Amino acid sequence: MVVTAQNIDGNAAVKMAGVEKWYGEFHALKSIDLTVARGEKIVVCGPSGSGKSTLIRCINQLETVQDGTITVDGIELTAGPKNVEKIRRDVGMVFQQFNLFPHMTVLENCMLAPIKVRGVSKDEAEKTARTYLERVRIPEQAEKYPAQLSGGQQQRVAIARALCMNPKIMLFDEPTSALDPEMVNEVLDTMIDLASEGMTMLVVTHEMGFARKVADRVIFMDKGEIVEVGEPESFFSNPQNERTRTFLGQISH
Amino acid sequence: MFRTFGPNEVWYIVMAVQWTLLLSAVAFAGGAAGGIAIALARVSPIRPLRYFALAFIRVFQGTPLLMQLFLVFFGLNIFGVGINPWVAAAIALTLHASAYLGEIWRGCIEAVPSGQSEASWALGLGYRDRMSHIILPQAAKISVAPTVGFLVQLIKGTSLASIIGFVELTRAGQIINNATFQPLTVFSLVAALYFILCWPLSLWARHLEGRFAIATAR
Ligand SMILES: Nc1ncnc2c1ncn2[C@@H]1O[C@H](COP(=O)(O)OP(=O)(O)OP(=O)(O)O)[C@@H](O)[C@H]1O
Ligand SMILES: [Mg+2]
Repeated sequence: MVVTAQNIDGNAAVKMAGVEKWYGEFHALKSIDLTVARGEKIVVCGPSGSGKSTLIRCINQLETVQDGTITVDGIELTAGPKNVEKIRRDVGMVFQQFNLFPHMTVLENCMLAPIKVRGVSKDEAEKTARTYLERVRIPEQAEKYPAQLSGGQQQRVAIARALCMNPKIMLFDEPTSALDPEMVNEVLDTMIDLASEGMTMLVVTHEMGFARKVADRVIFMDKGEIVEVGEPESFFSNPQNERTRTFLGQISH
Repeated sequence: MFRTFGPNEVWYIVMAVQWTLLLSAVAFAGGAAGGIAIALARVSPIRPLRYFALAFIRVFQGTPLLMQLFLVFFGLNIFGVGINPWVAAAIALTLHASAYLGEIWRGCIEAVPSGQSEASWALGLGYRDRMSHIILPQAAKISVAPTVGFLVQLIKGTSLASIIGFVELTRAGQIINNATFQPLTVFSLVAALYFILCWPLSLWARHLEGRFAIATAR
């Protein structure tokens, strides 16, 4: 999808303007401006400690910011806690460490939030959960506990769990970094499916194959700043910034 | 002349075990209710609540249990409730247990990985659902062994209630000793009875701890 100026602004899924984030003295995000259109897929990359996680965690307010505004789905987050709760229902997140609930079965993991937060009935929640477990290709694991699954399966459950809330936006924070290499693709394939269905996605990853295939734009961060933004084609073949070139050089071997 | 130490005396002491057990049970039940409140206050986002719980814990951990018993015992009297060793012991031990269990359980709540809270927030779960469905069930699993360990301490702690005149196991021993003047025999029996109460619990706590270590090593 080609992003034009008009579909970006009026109808943005996420809009960050002048966002500043400090951890004490440490300036973790420096005047971040970013607008994500509905249906757009953004890949965020950059060296360790550059602020990638912090950036996407601001979108569902797992991190609070000190300055600037963040608007998600037309609702300004920075305006108060009520808005934060509203937004979290509509923004799904997948973590590097899966963060499944270990004391619940796969099915219960997927049913809890729809029942408690959306107020859907148990039957309906189970039906939805089974549908999404089917979509991530692990319907047969529904009655198991997370510890009985492989890493790749756990991460697919985590994706299904987030999808059960029927989110408008999905955030992924290095979803494949904790996986054994042979399990990376099963998770990436699930994400590619999701992308093809039109989900708005922000993905922190160093899987450049995924970025080339799926991303509308690739963002390179360094030291808390967005250094470079580009469509994957030009971003990889012709990076403009010296820091981007150094980084791409490092991760390509 | 002294009474002889016969079957009746043994029986009197053995029967006093029920008061030790009852006092322990009341203090543990009260302490469990108070402890969960203190633990939740300790991890609350509301700052004054956190400070209140911290002060409560510090006071009760930083003063001898015997002083706490005295203060409640004489305090109740000053406030016109009258001298009642049973009520005073139950209240003082409940407060004491609340502080200790509160601190133990705070540790268990904080031992649940932060990713569990983050996943809950990300799904939009509110405070109540996050605590009751995600955090507390996992904290409870971790807490069983240290909680049983504290229960052993509490059972032994009830012996101090003898000093304010509550007739439990230790006090029964003192009464019999005053009549028979056979301290070694009497207090050996008393100690043996405490041991019979506490030893299986200690074993159980250690067994649970071992099981937990295996479970978390995976
Ligand atoms: N809770 C925190 N307190 C203090 N500093 C923090 C905290 N969280 C992150 N930081 C710092 O902020 C910076 C950005 O962190 P962030 O996790 O966003 O980096 P990242 O780009 O995701 O790195 P990685 O690739 O290692 O995940 C880092 O230098 C980190 O040390
Ligand atoms: Mg990170």
